[in-house]
Amino acid sequence: MATKAFSFAKQILKPNSIKIALNQNFSKNTSSLFVPPTVTVVNPSQANPLPDQSKKIKVTLVPGDGVGPELMLCVREVYKQIGVPVEFEEILASELLPGRSSSVEDLKESFKRNRVGLMGVITTPAIGESGQLESMNQKIRLQLDLFAHVIRVKSLPGLKLRYSNIDFVVIREQKEGEYSALEHESVPGVVESLKITTKENARRIAKFAFDYAVSNNRKKVTAVHKANIMKLGDGLFIKSCQEIAEMYPNIKFETMIIDNCCMQLVSKPQQFDVMVLPNLYGNIVGNLAVGLVGGPGIVPGESYSNDIALFESGARHAFATAAGRNVANPTAMILSSANLLKHLNLNAYAQRIENAVYKVIKSGKYRTKDIGGYCNQSDFFKAILNNLQ
Amino acid sequence: MNSKFLARQTSLLIKRFYSSVPEVRKVTLIPGDGIGTEISASVQKIFDAAGAPIEWEAVDVTPVKGVDGKFRIPQKAIDSVNATKIGLKGPLATPVGKGHQSLNLALRKQFNLFANVRPCKSIEGFKTPYDDVDIITIRENTEGEYSGIEHTIVPGVVQSIKLITEPASRRVAEFAFQYATLNKREKVTVVHKANIMRLSDGLFLKCAREVAEQYPNIKFEEMYLDTVCLKMVQNPGQFDVLVMPNLYGDILSDLCAGLIGGLGLTPSGNIGEGGSAIFEAVHGTAPDIAGQDKANPTALLLSGVMMLRHLNMYDHARRIEQACFDTIRDGKNITGDLGGKAKCSEFTDEICRRVRDL
Repeated sequence: MATKAFSFAKQILKPNSIKIALNQNFSKNTSSLFVPPTVTVVNPSQANPLPDQSKKIKVTLVPGDGVGPELMLCVREVYKQIGVPVEFEEILASELLPGRSSSVEDLKESFKRNRVGLMGVITTPAIGESGQLESMNQKIRLQLDLFAHVIRVKSLPGLKLRYSNIDFVVIREQKEGEYSALEHESVPGVVESLKITTKENARRIAKFAFDYAVSNNRKKVTAVHKANIMKLGDGLFIKSCQEIAEMYPNIKFETMIIDNCCMQLVSKPQQFDVMVLPNLYGNIVGNLAVGLVGGPGIVPGESYSNDIALFESGARHAFATAAGRNVANPTAMILSSANLLKHLNLNAYAQRIENAVYKVIKSGKYRTKDIGGYCNQSDFFKAILNNLQ
Repeated sequence: MNSKFLARQTSLLIKRFYSSVPEVRKVTLIPGDGIGTEISASVQKIFDAAGAPIEWEAVDVTPVKGVDGKFRIPQKAIDSVNATKIGLKGPLATPVGKGHQSLNLALRKQFNLFANVRPCKSIEGFKTPYDDVDIITIRENTEGEYSGIEHTIVPGVVQSIKLITEPASRRVAEFAFQYATLNKREKVTVVHKANIMRLSDGLFLKCAREVAEQYPNIKFEEMYLDTVCLKMVQNPGQFDVLVMPNLYGDILSDLCAGLIGGLGLTPSGNIGEGGSAIFEAVHGTAPDIAGQDKANPTALLLSGVMMLRHLNMYDHARRIEQACFDTIRDGKNITGDLGGKAKCSEFTDEICRRVRDL
């Protein structure tokens, strides 16, 4: 009996199995949110084993368009230098190269298997293939159920910018809203575009935001909306957030109208802590916030479903004009890959990578043009590699 | 002292003689609530000092109970704007849930105010993180996300309809290019999200493209909304005139106002068909400082300047604008929100003094 309990405790103490247990809890709770969290016992055969140094962990890698492929080379080089036990399963997905691109089903299959991915930016062409309204990004998000996009917006020490001491998190619902791709031309010259808001998804993202706040020691959640105009749609979002907020009495909750929010962001961005937003507003605020702390080249981001974590850049811009010109800033992708390692419980490696990046940026000797420096991508990257040792 | 006074009078006379001053124009003044009365009085005083040929017709827009028991805007106010076609409006308190049609909506419907224009220009002397902002946002004001068509399809699922029509999109695009031409601007950027909303924003974009072809001297640029937001906070100097659908305009106009120091410094104009227009201060009524002579009239004053330009009184507009900017740059007689200690009346007097000397 005692040995049985001991082995059980051992399994529970394995960090990875705890993570799985929490994940499963979460997925159960989203369908009926008022069920109090229960401790689930994980069958050891189902749980992922602890990362074994001799065996590499498989991670799906989607290079994306624009500067994506060259940034991924940087990530691979960093991983190689410090011997990270990760093996990439590279899949080409692009709407610009429809003939060579893998299907969304292939992507889905790979992500389902590996559960962790690193992704560049897939460009959405303004005119879709054969008049399709849904972009590949939307298909991926919908099929993989990647409902939350998270950007941690933080001022990097050493960067001289207009604002300092910014540290907040933008959590964006990215499955529905304006991105539903439901549009029709009722009569010629009149187009209706549907924005869909569902209670289920609103509550789900709100709960995610509050859970994030609790587990990251955050004090306040701000829900952003335009419920004064879209009384039903955004009203439902706000109401759902309020209901979830009641379950978290220790986290302060406030609401803010999107136009005022944007104005506050450029006048006093330090007031924000965790922000939760519907799809389009999340897109706007996310980009704006990334601009405040130095631009899309340095801010990482991630997308989550119940069981998949996808690491990408915070503001998703492909920079097709910079591709191959040795000017793109690899910081965001490298920091994102470090976040990926943290997610895999490879904290020591992640720490080394982050330290190297922060050190290079802080010293100010090597900086790419987008953050006010004069050096090219390879010199900047070399400086990071040198600091990895 | 006498000689100085005489010289000023003479210069004023000369200016009056040579500038082709049109006949006196009647304008409806809606002073508004809270600080509205103070700042309206201040604007009237400054306009007098500048000798602007404007005759004010002040109206009260407090809702009154009609014969059917419903509260609505007094007919007298509507009639006045109907006659003058031009209005200057102070801040109004938004009565929540009183069940009457808001004045904004009534005016918008009455005059088909289809475009909202907000010039945002960095003001020297008032420090913000940005000092190179000179942007004009032009927002489609009648449809889009503000169509107000929403339904709950099944409990817990809501659809909100964004409506984009070709005539409205074309009209606002045409206005943007005309405005750019008249105000000697170089570039018009259309802000859209046609990669996501391919049909609706696609239609808006298509109309803008077609109109742009008729204006070869104005540079035309297309940009995604998220890219604009990103670049706006990194380098706002690259933007000139922005034209966009309703919601994007709402967000970006407030964002631009934030870049130059807030709504207290940003003028706004609503342009309708047939030359009608309502110019307004879009900030709040500030009930906490109302009646204490502390309010800053800049937003309403600059809205008045926009109005003068709309009425082709360019000389008066330039002088009032310059006097206002000079006063703020000087920094001696500025109100509390700008970091000074002066009262509203002192700030006003200072502008009056400068406008007379100009």
